[in-house]
Amino acid sequence: MKIAVCIKRVPDMDVRFKIAPDAKGVDESGLKFDISDFDGYAVEAALQMKEKLGVGEVVTIALGPDSVQEILRKAMSMGVDRSVQLKADAVPADSYAIATALAAELQGGGYDLIMFGRMSIDTAHGATGAMVAELLGLPCVTACSRLEIADGKGTARRELEGAYETLTFPLPAVVTIDEGIARPRYPSLKGIMAAKKKPLDTKPAQLGATAFTLDTMALPPERAAGRIIGEGVAAVPELVRLLKEEAKVL
Amino acid sequence: MHDSLYFAEQHLAVREMVRAFARDQVAPVAARFDESQEFPWENVKTMGELGLLGIPWSEELGGAGLDTLSFMIAIEETAKVCASHSITISAHTTLGTSPIVNFGTDEQRARYVPILASGRVLGGFGLTEPGAGSDAGGTRTTAVRKGDRYILNGTKRFITHGGVGEVFVVTAVTDPAAGTRGISSFILTKESCDRALADSLGVGHDASLPAMPGFRSGKKEDKLGWRASDTRELIFEDVEVPVENRLGEEGKGFINFMKTLDAGRVGIAALSIGVAQGAFEQAVAYAGTRKQFGKAIGEFQAIGFALADMATEIEAGRHLVYHAAWLAQNGHPYGKEAAMAKLFCSELAMRATIKAIQVHGGYGYTKDYPVERFMRDAKIGEIGEGTSEIQRLVISRHLLKGLIEG
Repeated sequence: MKIAVCIKRVPDMDVRFKIAPDAKGVDESGLKFDISDFDGYAVEAALQMKEKLGVGEVVTIALGPDSVQEILRKAMSMGVDRSVQLKADAVPADSYAIATALAAELQGGGYDLIMFGRMSIDTAHGATGAMVAELLGLPCVTACSRLEIADGKGTARRELEGAYETLTFPLPAVVTIDEGIARPRYPSLKGIMAAKKKPLDTKPAQLGATAFTLDTMALPPERAAGRIIGEGVAAVPELVRLLKEEAKVL
Repeated sequence: MHDSLYFAEQHLAVREMVRAFARDQVAPVAARFDESQEFPWENVKTMGELGLLGIPWSEELGGAGLDTLSFMIAIEETAKVCASHSITISAHTTLGTSPIVNFGTDEQRARYVPILASGRVLGGFGLTEPGAGSDAGGTRTTAVRKGDRYILNGTKRFITHGGVGEVFVVTAVTDPAAGTRGISSFILTKESCDRALADSLGVGHDASLPAMPGFRSGKKEDKLGWRASDTRELIFEDVEVPVENRLGEEGKGFINFMKTLDAGRVGIAALSIGVAQGAFEQAVAYAGTRKQFGKAIGEFQAIGFALADMATEIEAGRHLVYHAAWLAQNGHPYGKEAAMAKLFCSELAMRATIKAIQVHGGYGYTKDYPVERFMRDAKIGEIGEGTSEIQRLVISRHLLKGLIEG
């Protein structure tokens, strides 16, 4: 069982961030970066699968400048066997450009399973995984909340609104991972030490053509302060009128 | 990437891991364990699995094979959310395990260090006695040689992990006429007082360790702070200790525990910096959101300057900690620097936690906010492993070495 997990380096979205002066991304100064949440679940799911089967290899792949080596090392300190950096000056906005580079690396790699997070938590396109599957001509199951591999077949569960579905698919395949599948482990100190000796290959990313360009990124307008119409029952008719006529929600 | 003079990439990876563990697993339960005084076994088990209970020991001995700086980072990061968890890492490693690593025979190291380093059992250090605190040379516990055994009698006081621990390094007088040169140390083993819980969690007990008859833990202290840390008496009543459990030569106990305490002091300094930093972060967050007179209280100079003073002192203290750790791991003398780090950081932890409460106003005085716990946890830093007064004594003796007799 050979598993590839494609991971993305993203800023910690819990802290306040600013838009960069060119209005095409966030201002990275002072931000903390980590493996995108859903990608972290995918890494954990891959490691658990390898541990359950007792054999195999888990490889993490990240695209971007040398700063992505940090998340690749982290994945290896969690237990991933080796990593590949597809070196690019910046991560393109168009998922297709990224998917082309990943597919070129994954093609011929002999992977039984190629895993992605359901989407990255920063740009949230959720397209790269499915595009890679298409480029490689492989089946693709998105947003799996459970995953099992046995007898050369995969079984995945997907959460629906108020229900869930289970599907079976042949290997090799591409899956994208939803939360709930597994909480990512902390790297142990032994893992951190071992990660230093694990191979991390760097290759130039063969980025595909970009079909669209990112024009601007902006913060939503600040919400205007609330208005107090009055107090008690007496204020209700006026409130209803404003909700109907001004806010148009009734 | 390198945000400190002392840290390489690996240290940052350790810091990130411990910080995440502390934030996700320790912070949410810290107040509960402070209230109940229970020992946080589940988290201690995880700490063992992550390698946090044997950070500086070699991989052959079952440790993580990391350096002293990594060890201090782990202590600081856990103390930022809970000093009790932090002292477990520090005391278990430095007080409980390091004497065996540093002064033990190959057989003793092979016998005890792997089960301690993995966190399978907890260790402790029996030095302080009811009548021998700062004056550790006043030890009354006796060890009388009888053939191939020593018979130990006496009581130790305020022993971290006294109840929950199974392996203890204990000092006792073997030659009453020889003063401090008549003190020796021994490895004693007993059963954890939390045996049932230990068995259900699969941690805290090792069946291969003999429960020595006559060796038991006494009453648990009900403390101001560090309340989730297990502090008890150790009682020895005619405990028969085989000669092969003597740690180091006869008469070397005093000189050896002085070395152990030097290392322990850097740990307490790191813990104190963590407590100060934790309280400081709470104060900053509160000052940035709490509004009075129409603006965030941090915008008032009185509060802003208090935060500036805290941050500056913490930054200074952190340099003392990691410099002392750097000296230690590079084989330089560091006794003076360890004492300075402990003195400065423990006293600044008190100042910082008191200020943090003041920034919170009345809310800081309640248990709805963690800063009152940080203040209670800070105080023992000025007392344990050598009081501030003893640190000043140690430092002044270093300064006057060669000039004044004695």
